[in-house]
Amino acid sequence: MLFLAISFAGYASEDSDPNKDEEFNAKEMILHHVKDAHEFHLWDWKGKPVSLSLPIILWTDNGLTTFSSSKFHHDDQGKEIVEANGGKFVKLHEKIYQLDANATSVAFDEEHHPTNAHRPLNFSITRNVFMMWVSVAVLLLIFITAARSYKKSKDGVPTGIAGFIEPLVVFVRDEIGKPMIGEHKYKRYMPYLLTIFFFIWINNIFGLIPILNGANLSGNIAFTCTLAVFTFIITTLSGNSNYWKHIFWMPGVPVPMKIFLMPIEIIGMFVKPISLMIRLFANITAGHVIILALMSLIFVFKSVAIAPVSVAFSLFITVIEIIVTAIQAYIFTILSALYFGMATEEAHH
Amino acid sequence: MDLITPEFGLVFWTAITFLFLLLILRKFAWKPILGAVSDREEGIKNALASAENARKEMENLTADNERILKEARLEREALLKEAREIKEQMIANAETEAQEKANKIIEKAQAAIESEKKSAMAELKNHVAGLSVEIAEKVVRQELSNKDKQLELVESMLGEATLN
Repeated sequence: MLFLAISFAGYASEDSDPNKDEEFNAKEMILHHVKDAHEFHLWDWKGKPVSLSLPIILWTDNGLTTFSSSKFHHDDQGKEIVEANGGKFVKLHEKIYQLDANATSVAFDEEHHPTNAHRPLNFSITRNVFMMWVSVAVLLLIFITAARSYKKSKDGVPTGIAGFIEPLVVFVRDEIGKPMIGEHKYKRYMPYLLTIFFFIWINNIFGLIPILNGANLSGNIAFTCTLAVFTFIITTLSGNSNYWKHIFWMPGVPVPMKIFLMPIEIIGMFVKPISLMIRLFANITAGHVIILALMSLIFVFKSVAIAPVSVAFSLFITVIEIIVTAIQAYIFTILSALYFGMATEEAHH
Repeated sequence: MDLITPEFGLVFWTAITFLFLLLILRKFAWKPILGAVSDREEGIKNALASAENARKEMENLTADNERILKEARLEREALLKEAREIKEQMIANAETEAQEKANKIIEKAQAAIESEKKSAMAELKNHVAGLSVEIAEKVVRQELSNKDKQLELVESMLGEATLN
Protein backbone atom coordinates (compact mmCIF):
# COMPACT_ATOMS: atom_id res chain seq x y z
CA MET A 1 0.00 0.00 0.00
CA LEU A 2 2.98 2.26 0.47
CA PHE A 3 3.74 1.54 -3.15
CA LEU A 4 0.31 2.91 -3.97
CA ALA A 5 1.09 6.16 -2.30
CA ILE A 6 4.54 6.45 -3.82
CA SER A 7 3.36 6.03 -7.33
CA PHE A 8 0.53 8.47 -6.80
CA ALA A 9 2.98 10.96 -5.44
CA GLY A 10 5.20 10.12 -8.38
CA TYR A 11 2.74 11.08 -10.96
CA ALA A 12 1.46 14.01 -9.02
CA SER A 13 4.92 15.49 -9.18
CA GLU A 14 5.34 14.96 -12.89
CA ASP A 15 3.13 17.89 -13.72
CA SER A 16 4.81 20.26 -11.38
CA ASP A 17 8.24 19.27 -12.65
CA PRO A 18 8.19 20.84 -16.10
CA ASN A 19 6.78 24.09 -14.77
CA LYS A 20 8.79 24.46 -11.62
CA ASP A 21 8.25 28.18 -11.56
CA GLU A 22 4.51 27.93 -11.73
CA GLU A 23 2.19 27.21 -8.84
CA PHE A 24 1.10 23.62 -8.53
CA ASN A 25 -2.31 23.44 -10.16
CA ALA A 26 -4.27 20.56 -8.66
CA LYS A 27 -7.22 20.94 -11.02
CA GLU A 28 -5.03 20.74 -14.09
CA MET A 29 -3.14 17.75 -12.76
CA ILE A 30 -6.33 15.89 -11.87
CA LEU A 31 -8.03 16.57 -15.18
CA HIS A 32 -4.90 15.56 -17.00
CA HIS A 33 -4.99 12.18 -15.27
CA VAL A 34 -8.69 11.62 -15.59
CA LYS A 35 -8.78 12.43 -19.31
CA ASP A 36 -7.44 10.48 -22.25
CA ALA A 37 -3.92 11.00 -23.61
CA HIS A 38 -1.92 10.17 -26.71
CA GLU A 39 1.02 8.69 -24.90
CA PHE A 40 1.27 6.33 -22.01
CA HIS A 41 3.15 8.27 -19.40
CA LEU A 42 4.56 5.95 -16.76
CA TRP A 43 6.88 8.01 -14.55
CA ASP A 44 9.50 10.70 -14.61
CA TRP A 45 13.15 9.73 -14.38
CA LYS A 46 15.72 12.44 -13.67
CA GLY A 47 13.39 15.14 -14.94
CA LYS A 48 12.54 13.30 -18.15
CA PRO A 49 9.25 11.55 -18.65
CA VAL A 50 9.37 7.81 -19.23
CA SER A 51 6.47 6.97 -21.46
CA LEU A 52 5.14 4.60 -24.04
CA SER A 53 4.60 6.23 -27.41
CA LEU A 54 1.32 5.32 -28.97
CA PRO A 55 0.42 5.57 -32.65
CA ILE A 56 -1.58 8.52 -33.86
CA ILE A 57 -4.04 7.66 -36.59
CA LEU A 58 -5.84 10.50 -38.35
CA TRP A 59 -8.24 10.72 -41.22
CA THR A 60 -7.36 13.94 -43.04
CA ASP A 61 -8.17 15.43 -46.42
CA ASN A 62 -5.19 13.50 -47.76
CA GLY A 63 -6.46 10.23 -46.40
CA LEU A 64 -5.11 8.12 -43.60
CA THR A 65 -2.21 9.69 -41.75
CA THR A 66 -0.25 7.86 -39.10
CA PHE A 67 2.79 8.74 -37.02
CA SER A 68 4.10 8.08 -33.55
CA SER A 69 3.09 10.31 -30.70
CA SER A 70 6.74 10.52 -29.71
CA LYS A 71 7.19 13.03 -32.54
CA PHE A 72 5.49 15.62 -30.37
CA HIS A 73 8.30 15.18 -27.81
CA HIS A 74 5.84 15.28 -24.92
CA ASP A 75 4.64 18.70 -26.02
CA ASP A 76 1.03 19.38 -25.20
CA GLN A 77 0.93 23.14 -25.79
CA GLY A 78 0.71 23.07 -29.58
CA LYS A 79 4.30 24.22 -30.04
CA GLU A 80 5.82 21.15 -31.63
CA ILE A 81 4.68 20.86 -35.26
CA VAL A 82 4.78 17.46 -36.87
CA GLU A 83 4.61 17.19 -40.63
CA ALA A 84 3.13 14.02 -41.99
CA ASN A 85 1.37 13.08 -45.21
CA GLY A 86 1.36 16.70 -46.42
CA GLY A 87 -0.24 18.11 -43.27
CA LYS A 88 1.03 19.91 -40.21
CA PHE A 89 -0.18 18.67 -36.88
CA VAL A 90 0.10 19.89 -33.32
CA LYS A 91 -1.02 18.39 -30.02
CA LEU A 92 -2.87 20.78 -27.77
CA HIS A 93 -4.42 19.61 -24.49
CA GLU A 94 -4.34 16.02 -25.75
CA LYS A 95 -6.14 16.93 -28.94
CA ILE A 96 -4.60 16.71 -32.39
CA TYR A 97 -5.07 19.79 -34.57
CA GLN A 98 -4.20 20.10 -38.23
CA LEU A 99 -2.86 23.52 -39.11
CA ASP A 100 -4.40 25.28 -42.03
CA ALA A 101 -2.37 25.10 -45.27
CA ASN A 102 -0.57 28.43 -44.93
CA ALA A 103 -0.12 28.54 -41.17
CA THR A 104 3.25 27.93 -39.59
CA SER A 105 2.29 28.02 -35.93
CA VAL A 106 -0.87 27.90 -33.89
CA ALA A 107 -2.63 31.17 -33.27
CA PHE A 108 -4.99 31.44 -30.31
CA ASP A 109 -7.99 33.58 -29.57
CA GLU A 110 -8.70 35.07 -26.13
CA GLU A 111 -10.20 31.83 -24.87
CA HIS A 112 -7.10 29.90 -25.87
CA HIS A 113 -8.82 28.16 -28.76
CA PRO A 114 -6.74 27.76 -31.89
CA THR A 115 -7.98 29.95 -34.72
CA ASN A 116 -6.00 28.64 -37.66
CA ALA A 117 -6.31 24.91 -37.09
CA HIS A 118 -9.03 22.29 -37.23
CA ARG A 119 -9.43 18.80 -35.81
CA PRO A 120 -9.24 15.87 -38.21
CA LEU A 121 -11.05 12.62 -37.42
CA ASN A 122 -8.88 11.03 -34.79
CA PHE A 123 -8.65 7.25 -34.58
CA SER A 124 -5.47 7.29 -32.51
CA ILE A 125 -4.60 4.49 -30.21
CA THR A 126 -4.79 6.58 -27.09
CA ARG A 127 -3.84 5.23 -23.70
CA ASN A 128 -7.49 4.39 -23.03
CA VAL A 129 -7.70 2.40 -26.26
CA PHE A 130 -4.41 0.76 -25.36
CA MET A 131 -5.61 -0.17 -21.89
CA MET A 132 -8.90 -1.38 -23.34
CA TRP A 133 -6.97 -3.79 -25.53
CA VAL A 134 -4.87 -4.90 -22.61
CA SER A 135 -8.06 -5.56 -20.69
CA VAL A 136 -9.48 -7.48 -23.65
CA ALA A 137 -6.34 -9.60 -23.77
CA VAL A 138 -6.61 -10.30 -20.04
CA LEU A 139 -10.32 -11.12 -20.34
CA LEU A 140 -9.74 -13.47 -23.25
CA LEU A 141 -6.89 -15.14 -21.43
CA ILE A 142 -8.92 -15.64 -18.25
CA PHE A 143 -12.17 -16.77 -19.82
CA ILE A 144 -10.87 -18.90 -22.63
CA THR A 145 -8.55 -20.65 -20.18
CA ALA A 146 -11.53 -21.19 -17.89
CA ALA A 147 -13.69 -22.48 -20.74
CA ARG A 148 -10.94 -24.86 -21.78
CA SER A 149 -10.61 -26.32 -18.31
CA TYR A 150 -14.21 -27.50 -18.60
CA LYS A 151 -13.38 -29.39 -21.75
CA LYS A 152 -10.41 -31.00 -20.07
CA SER A 153 -12.26 -32.18 -16.99
CA LYS A 154 -14.47 -35.07 -17.97
CA ASP A 155 -17.14 -34.65 -15.31
CA GLY A 156 -17.62 -30.90 -15.91
CA VAL A 157 -16.25 -30.00 -12.51
CA PRO A 158 -14.54 -26.60 -12.62
CA THR A 159 -10.82 -26.72 -11.99
CA GLY A 160 -8.20 -24.02 -11.73
CA ILE A 161 -9.32 -20.56 -12.75
CA ALA A 162 -12.76 -21.84 -13.70
CA GLY A 163 -13.42 -22.46 -10.05
CA PHE A 164 -12.98 -18.75 -9.48
CA ILE A 165 -14.81 -17.64 -12.61
CA GLU A 166 -17.81 -19.91 -12.35
CA PRO A 167 -19.39 -18.36 -9.24
CA LEU A 168 -19.19 -14.95 -10.92
CA VAL A 169 -20.74 -16.25 -14.14
CA VAL A 170 -23.44 -18.05 -12.18
CA PHE A 171 -24.00 -14.88 -10.16
CA VAL A 172 -24.60 -12.85 -13.33
CA ARG A 173 -26.93 -15.57 -14.59
CA ASP A 174 -28.90 -16.18 -11.38
CA GLU A 175 -28.90 -12.74 -9.77
CA ILE A 176 -29.00 -10.54 -12.86
CA GLY A 177 -30.19 -12.42 -15.94
CA LYS A 178 -32.88 -14.69 -14.55
CA PRO A 179 -34.68 -12.33 -12.16
CA MET A 180 -34.53 -9.27 -14.42
CA ILE A 181 -35.36 -10.82 -17.79
CA GLY A 182 -37.21 -13.97 -16.83
CA GLU A 183 -36.59 -17.67 -16.87
CA HIS A 184 -37.53 -18.17 -20.52
CA LYS A 185 -35.81 -15.31 -22.29
CA TYR A 186 -32.66 -14.63 -20.31
CA LYS A 187 -30.46 -16.98 -22.32
CA ARG A 188 -30.35 -14.75 -25.39
CA TYR A 189 -28.97 -11.86 -23.36
CA MET A 190 -26.46 -13.74 -21.24
CA PRO A 191 -23.43 -13.24 -23.54
CA TYR A 192 -24.03 -9.49 -23.62
CA LEU A 193 -24.64 -9.21 -19.87
CA LEU A 194 -21.59 -11.31 -19.00
CA THR A 195 -19.40 -9.39 -21.43
CA ILE A 196 -20.35 -5.92 -20.20
CA PHE A 197 -20.14 -7.02 -16.58
CA PHE A 198 -16.59 -8.31 -16.86
CA PHE A 199 -15.49 -5.68 -19.39
CA ILE A 200 -16.58 -2.83 -17.10
CA TRP A 201 -15.30 -4.51 -13.98
CA ILE A 202 -11.83 -5.23 -15.27
CA ASN A 203 -11.47 -1.73 -16.67
CA ASN A 204 -12.65 -0.27 -13.37
CA ILE A 205 -9.96 -2.33 -11.65
CA PHE A 206 -7.30 -1.30 -14.17
CA GLY A 207 -8.22 2.30 -13.46
CA LEU A 208 -7.22 1.78 -9.84
CA ILE A 209 -3.77 0.34 -10.53
CA PRO A 210 -1.49 3.27 -9.74
CA ILE A 211 1.29 2.52 -12.22
CA LEU A 212 -1.21 2.51 -15.10
CA ASN A 213 -2.17 5.92 -13.81
CA GLY A 214 -4.08 7.31 -16.71
CA ALA A 215 -6.10 4.23 -17.52
CA ASN A 216 -9.39 5.82 -16.64
CA LEU A 217 -11.26 4.03 -19.41
CA SER A 218 -14.50 3.30 -17.59
CA GLY A 219 -14.44 6.85 -16.25
CA ASN A 220 -14.39 8.15 -19.80
CA ILE A 221 -17.70 9.29 -21.16
CA ALA A 222 -16.96 7.95 -24.64
CA PHE A 223 -16.61 4.44 -23.23
CA THR A 224 -19.71 4.56 -21.06
CA CYS A 225 -21.64 6.24 -23.87
CA THR A 226 -20.76 3.44 -26.29
CA LEU A 227 -21.84 0.72 -23.88
CA ALA A 228 -25.04 2.58 -23.04
CA VAL A 229 -25.79 2.88 -26.76
CA PHE A 230 -25.36 -0.88 -27.10
CA THR A 231 -27.83 -1.42 -24.29
CA PHE A 232 -30.21 1.06 -25.91
CA ILE A 233 -29.96 -0.64 -29.30
CA ILE A 234 -30.56 -4.10 -27.85
CA THR A 235 -33.48 -2.84 -25.74
CA THR A 236 -35.07 -1.13 -28.73
CA LEU A 237 -34.56 -4.07 -31.07
CA SER A 238 -35.94 -6.60 -28.63
CA GLY A 239 -38.96 -4.48 -27.66
CA ASN A 240 -42.16 -6.43 -28.23
CA SER A 241 -45.62 -5.05 -28.94
CA ASN A 242 -46.36 -4.87 -25.22
CA TYR A 243 -43.29 -2.69 -24.69
CA TRP A 244 -44.20 -0.25 -27.46
CA LYS A 245 -47.78 -0.17 -26.28
CA HIS A 246 -46.60 0.89 -22.84
CA ILE A 247 -44.63 3.69 -24.41
CA PHE A 248 -47.10 5.08 -26.92
CA TRP A 249 -50.51 4.11 -25.54
CA MET A 250 -50.26 3.12 -21.89
CA PRO A 251 -52.89 0.46 -21.21
CA GLY A 252 -55.14 0.67 -18.18
CA VAL A 253 -55.31 4.47 -17.85
CA PRO A 254 -57.84 7.01 -19.23
CA VAL A 255 -57.22 8.54 -22.66
CA PRO A 256 -56.03 11.98 -21.45
CA MET A 257 -53.56 10.18 -19.23
CA LYS A 258 -52.39 8.08 -22.19
CA ILE A 259 -51.67 11.25 -24.15
CA PHE A 260 -49.95 12.77 -21.16
CA LEU A 261 -47.79 9.72 -20.53
CA MET A 262 -46.66 9.23 -24.12
CA PRO A 263 -44.02 12.00 -24.24
CA ILE A 264 -42.81 11.04 -20.77
CA GLU A 265 -42.34 7.44 -21.82
CA ILE A 266 -40.59 8.47 -25.04
CA ILE A 267 -38.19 10.64 -23.06
CA GLY A 268 -37.76 7.75 -20.61
CA MET A 269 -36.61 5.50 -23.44
CA PHE A 270 -33.60 7.76 -23.93
CA VAL A 271 -33.09 8.78 -20.34
CA LYS A 272 -32.48 5.17 -19.31
CA PRO A 273 -29.29 4.66 -21.35
CA ILE A 274 -28.20 8.22 -20.63
CA SER A 275 -28.45 7.52 -16.91
CA LEU A 276 -26.37 4.37 -17.43
CA MET A 277 -23.75 6.42 -19.24
CA ILE A 278 -23.56 9.17 -16.64
CA ARG A 279 -23.69 6.89 -13.62
CA LEU A 280 -20.68 4.81 -14.58
CA PHE A 281 -18.70 7.80 -15.87
CA ALA A 282 -19.40 9.94 -12.82
CA ASN A 283 -18.78 7.24 -10.24
CA ILE A 284 -15.46 6.15 -11.63
CA THR A 285 -14.23 9.63 -12.43
CA ALA A 286 -15.28 10.89 -9.01
CA GLY A 287 -13.28 8.12 -7.36
CA HIS A 288 -10.20 9.06 -9.33
CA VAL A 289 -10.67 12.75 -8.64
CA ILE A 290 -10.98 12.16 -4.90
CA ILE A 291 -7.82 10.06 -4.71
CA LEU A 292 -5.86 12.51 -6.83
CA ALA A 293 -7.21 15.48 -4.86
CA LEU A 294 -6.14 13.90 -1.58
CA MET A 295 -2.68 13.35 -3.02
CA SER A 296 -2.60 16.92 -4.32
CA LEU A 297 -2.99 18.18 -0.76
CA ILE A 298 0.68 17.35 -0.20
CA PHE A 299 1.68 19.66 -3.02
CA VAL A 300 -0.89 22.31 -2.26
CA PHE A 301 0.35 22.61 1.32
CA LYS A 302 3.95 22.04 0.20
CA SER A 303 4.54 19.95 3.28
CA VAL A 304 5.61 16.36 3.84
CA ALA A 305 3.76 16.42 7.14
CA ILE A 306 0.46 16.26 5.34
CA ALA A 307 1.53 13.11 3.49
CA PRO A 308 0.47 10.57 6.13
CA VAL A 309 -3.02 12.11 6.22
CA SER A 310 -3.26 12.12 2.44
CA VAL A 311 -2.01 8.59 2.17
CA ALA A 312 -4.35 7.35 4.89
CA PHE A 313 -7.36 9.00 3.32
CA SER A 314 -6.56 7.96 -0.21
CA LEU A 315 -5.92 4.43 0.99
CA PHE A 316 -9.37 4.48 2.57
CA ILE A 317 -10.94 5.83 -0.62
CA THR A 318 -9.01 3.31 -2.71
CA VAL A 319 -10.44 0.46 -0.66
CA ILE A 320 -13.91 1.88 -1.18
CA GLU A 321 -13.16 2.27 -4.87
CA ILE A 322 -12.25 -1.41 -5.09
CA ILE A 323 -15.78 -2.17 -3.91
CA VAL A 324 -17.17 0.46 -6.27
CA THR A 325 -15.49 -1.24 -9.25
CA ALA A 326 -17.65 -4.30 -8.71
CA ILE A 327 -20.76 -2.39 -7.68
CA GLN A 328 -20.74 -0.14 -10.74
CA ALA A 329 -20.19 -3.08 -13.09
CA TYR A 330 -23.05 -4.85 -11.33
CA ILE A 331 -25.35 -1.83 -11.53
CA PHE A 332 -24.67 -1.23 -15.21
CA THR A 333 -25.33 -4.90 -15.95
CA ILE A 334 -28.42 -5.27 -13.79
CA LEU A 335 -30.00 -2.11 -15.20
CA SER A 336 -29.28 -3.25 -18.75
CA ALA A 337 -30.90 -6.57 -17.89
CA LEU A 338 -33.83 -4.73 -16.34
CA TYR A 339 -34.35 -2.75 -19.55
CA PHE A 340 -34.18 -5.94 -21.62
CA GLY A 341 -36.66 -7.50 -19.25
CA MET A 342 -39.02 -4.54 -19.67
CA ALA A 343 -38.67 -4.71 -23.43
CA THR A 344 -39.51 -8.41 -23.59
CA GLU A 345 -42.13 -8.57 -20.84
CA GLU A 346 -45.39 -10.15 -21.95
CA ALA A 347 -48.71 -8.48 -21.20
CA HIS A 348 -50.25 -9.82 -17.99
CA HIS A 349 -53.46 -7.94 -17.40
CA MET B 1 -16.34 20.47 -21.00
CA ASP B 2 -13.74 18.10 -22.46
CA LEU B 3 -14.50 15.68 -19.69
CA ILE B 4 -18.11 15.19 -20.73
CA THR B 5 -17.66 15.33 -24.49
CA PRO B 6 -17.27 11.84 -25.94
CA GLU B 7 -14.26 11.61 -28.24
CA PHE B 8 -15.19 10.06 -31.53
CA GLY B 9 -12.00 7.99 -31.73
CA LEU B 10 -12.59 6.31 -28.39
CA VAL B 11 -16.24 5.66 -29.22
CA PHE B 12 -15.15 4.05 -32.45
CA TRP B 13 -12.50 1.83 -30.85
CA THR B 14 -14.76 0.94 -27.91
CA ALA B 15 -17.54 -0.14 -30.24
CA ILE B 16 -15.24 -2.28 -32.37
CA THR B 17 -13.39 -3.75 -29.40
CA PHE B 18 -16.56 -4.47 -27.49
CA LEU B 19 -18.20 -6.21 -30.45
CA PHE B 20 -15.05 -8.24 -31.01
CA LEU B 21 -14.88 -9.16 -27.33
CA LEU B 22 -18.57 -10.03 -27.27
CA LEU B 23 -18.34 -12.31 -30.30
CA ILE B 24 -15.15 -14.05 -29.22
CA LEU B 25 -16.24 -14.56 -25.63
CA ARG B 26 -19.68 -15.71 -26.69
CA LYS B 27 -18.24 -18.42 -28.86
CA PHE B 28 -15.21 -19.47 -26.84
CA ALA B 29 -16.13 -18.67 -23.24
CA TRP B 30 -19.77 -18.09 -22.43
CA LYS B 31 -21.16 -20.98 -24.42
CA PRO B 32 -18.79 -23.62 -22.99
CA ILE B 33 -18.97 -22.24 -19.44
CA LEU B 34 -22.74 -21.76 -19.32
CA GLY B 35 -23.18 -25.08 -21.11
CA ALA B 36 -21.02 -26.91 -18.60
CA VAL B 37 -22.78 -25.22 -15.69
CA SER B 38 -26.26 -26.01 -16.95
CA ASP B 39 -25.23 -29.56 -17.89
CA ARG B 40 -23.98 -30.07 -14.37
CA GLU B 41 -27.14 -28.57 -12.92
CA GLU B 42 -29.22 -30.88 -15.08
CA GLY B 43 -27.10 -33.80 -13.93
CA ILE B 44 -27.56 -32.87 -10.29
CA LYS B 45 -31.28 -32.41 -10.81
CA ASN B 46 -31.57 -35.80 -12.49
CA ALA B 47 -29.48 -37.49 -9.83
CA LEU B 48 -31.64 -35.99 -7.11
CA ALA B 49 -34.81 -37.01 -8.92
CA SER B 50 -33.63 -40.59 -9.37
CA ALA B 51 -32.54 -40.74 -5.73
CA GLU B 52 -35.99 -39.54 -4.78
CA ASN B 53 -37.55 -42.19 -6.99
CA ALA B 54 -35.37 -44.89 -5.47
CA ARG B 55 -36.34 -43.72 -2.01
CA LYS B 56 -40.01 -43.86 -2.93
CA GLU B 57 -39.60 -47.32 -4.37
CA MET B 58 -37.86 -48.44 -1.22
CA GLU B 59 -40.72 -46.97 0.79
CA ASN B 60 -43.20 -48.84 -1.37
CA LEU B 61 -41.27 -52.06 -0.92
CA THR B 62 -41.15 -51.66 2.84
CA ALA B 63 -44.83 -50.84 2.88
CA ASP B 64 -45.53 -53.94 0.79
CA ASN B 65 -43.45 -56.07 3.09
CA GLU B 66 -45.26 -54.75 6.08
CA ARG B 67 -48.60 -55.31 4.42
CA ILE B 68 -47.69 -58.89 3.52
CA LEU B 69 -46.49 -59.56 7.06
CA LYS B 70 -49.65 -58.13 8.48
CA GLU B 71 -51.75 -60.21 6.15
CA ALA B 72 -49.81 -63.33 7.08
CA ARG B 73 -50.29 -62.59 10.75
CA LEU B 74 -54.01 -62.10 10.24
CA GLU B 75 -54.24 -65.30 8.27
CA ARG B 76 -52.42 -67.22 10.96
CA GLU B 77 -54.72 -65.84 13.58
CA ALA B 78 -57.75 -66.73 11.49
CA LEU B 79 -56.41 -70.25 11.01
CA LEU B 80 -55.75 -70.68 14.68
CA LYS B 81 -59.17 -69.40 15.53
CA GLU B 82 -60.78 -71.73 13.06
CA ALA B 83 -58.81 -74.66 14.44
CA ARG B 84 -59.87 -73.78 17.94
CA GLU B 85 -63.46 -73.56 16.85
CA ILE B 86 -63.27 -76.93 15.09
CA LYS B 87 -61.72 -78.45 18.18
CA GLU B 88 -64.45 -77.11 20.39
CA GLN B 89 -67.06 -78.22 17.91
CA MET B 90 -65.59 -81.72 17.85
CA ILE B 91 -65.49 -81.93 21.63
CA ALA B 92 -69.05 -80.69 21.84
CA ASN B 93 -70.20 -83.18 19.22
CA ALA B 94 -68.44 -86.02 20.99
CA GLU B 95 -69.98 -85.02 24.26
CA THR B 96 -73.52 -84.95 22.89
CA GLU B 97 -72.99 -88.25 21.11
CA ALA B 98 -71.68 -89.86 24.27
CA GLN B 99 -74.53 -88.41 26.22
CA GLU B 100 -76.98 -89.78 23.71
CA LYS B 101 -75.39 -93.21 23.78
CA ALA B 102 -75.34 -93.25 27.56
CA ASN B 103 -78.97 -92.22 27.63
CA LYS B 104 -79.86 -94.98 25.25
CA ILE B 105 -77.98 -97.55 27.31
CA ILE B 106 -79.68 -96.32 30.45
CA GLU B 107 -83.04 -96.42 28.73
CA LYS B 108 -82.43 -99.97 27.55
CA ALA B 109 -81.27 -101.00 30.99
CA GLN B 110 -84.32 -99.46 32.54
CA ALA B 111 -86.55 -101.18 30.01
CA ALA B 112 -84.84 -104.49 30.74
CA ILE B 113 -85.17 -103.95 34.47
CA GLU B 114 -88.80 -103.05 34.03
CA SER B 115 -89.56 -106.17 32.00
CA GLU B 116 -87.59 -108.37 34.44
CA LYS B 117 -89.49 -106.80 37.28
CA LYS B 118 -92.75 -107.43 35.52
CA SER B 119 -91.93 -111.04 34.84
CA ALA B 120 -90.67 -111.47 38.40
CA MET B 121 -93.84 -109.94 39.73
CA ALA B 122 -95.92 -112.20 37.49
CA GLU B 123 -93.99 -115.23 38.73
CA LEU B 124 -94.40 -114.04 42.31
CA LYS B 125 -98.08 -113.61 41.77
CA ASN B 126 -98.35 -117.10 40.36
CA HIS B 127 -96.31 -118.47 43.24
CA VAL B 128 -98.35 -116.54 45.79
CA ALA B 129 -101.52 -117.74 44.15
CA GLY B 130 -100.25 -121.37 44.27
CA LEU B 131 -99.23 -120.99 47.91
CA SER B 132 -102.52 -119.38 48.70
CA VAL B 133 -104.38 -122.20 47.09
CA GLU B 134 -102.24 -124.75 48.94
CA ILE B 135 -102.72 -122.91 52.22
CA ALA B 136 -106.33 -122.56 51.60
CA GLU B 137 -106.58 -126.33 50.88
CA LYS B 138 -104.69 -127.15 54.07
CA VAL B 139 -106.71 -124.67 56.09
CA VAL B 140 -109.87 -126.02 54.80
CA ARG B 141 -108.79 -129.54 55.72
CA GLN B 142 -107.70 -128.56 59.25
CA GLU B 143 -110.84 -126.61 59.82
CA LEU B 144 -112.71 -129.61 59.60
CA SER B 145 -110.88 -131.23 62.55
CA ASN B 146 -109.95 -128.52 65.04
CA LYS B 147 -110.58 -124.91 64.88
CA ASP B 148 -107.70 -123.90 67.08
CA LYS B 149 -105.38 -126.23 65.42
CA GLN B 150 -106.46 -124.94 62.12
CA LEU B 151 -105.54 -121.35 63.16
CA GLU B 152 -102.28 -122.60 64.55
CA LEU B 153 -101.59 -124.25 61.37
CA VAL B 154 -102.33 -121.27 59.25
CA GLU B 155 -100.06 -119.13 61.38
CA SER B 156 -97.22 -121.59 61.30
CA MET B 157 -97.55 -122.06 57.69
CA LEU B 158 -97.60 -118.36 57.07
CA GLY B 159 -94.50 -118.11 59.20
CA GLU B 160 -92.86 -120.75 57.20
CA ALA B 161 -93.83 -119.23 53.94
CA THR B 162 -91.37 -116.71 52.82
CA LEU B 163 -92.31 -114.54 50.05
CA ASN B 164 -89.50 -115.66 48.02
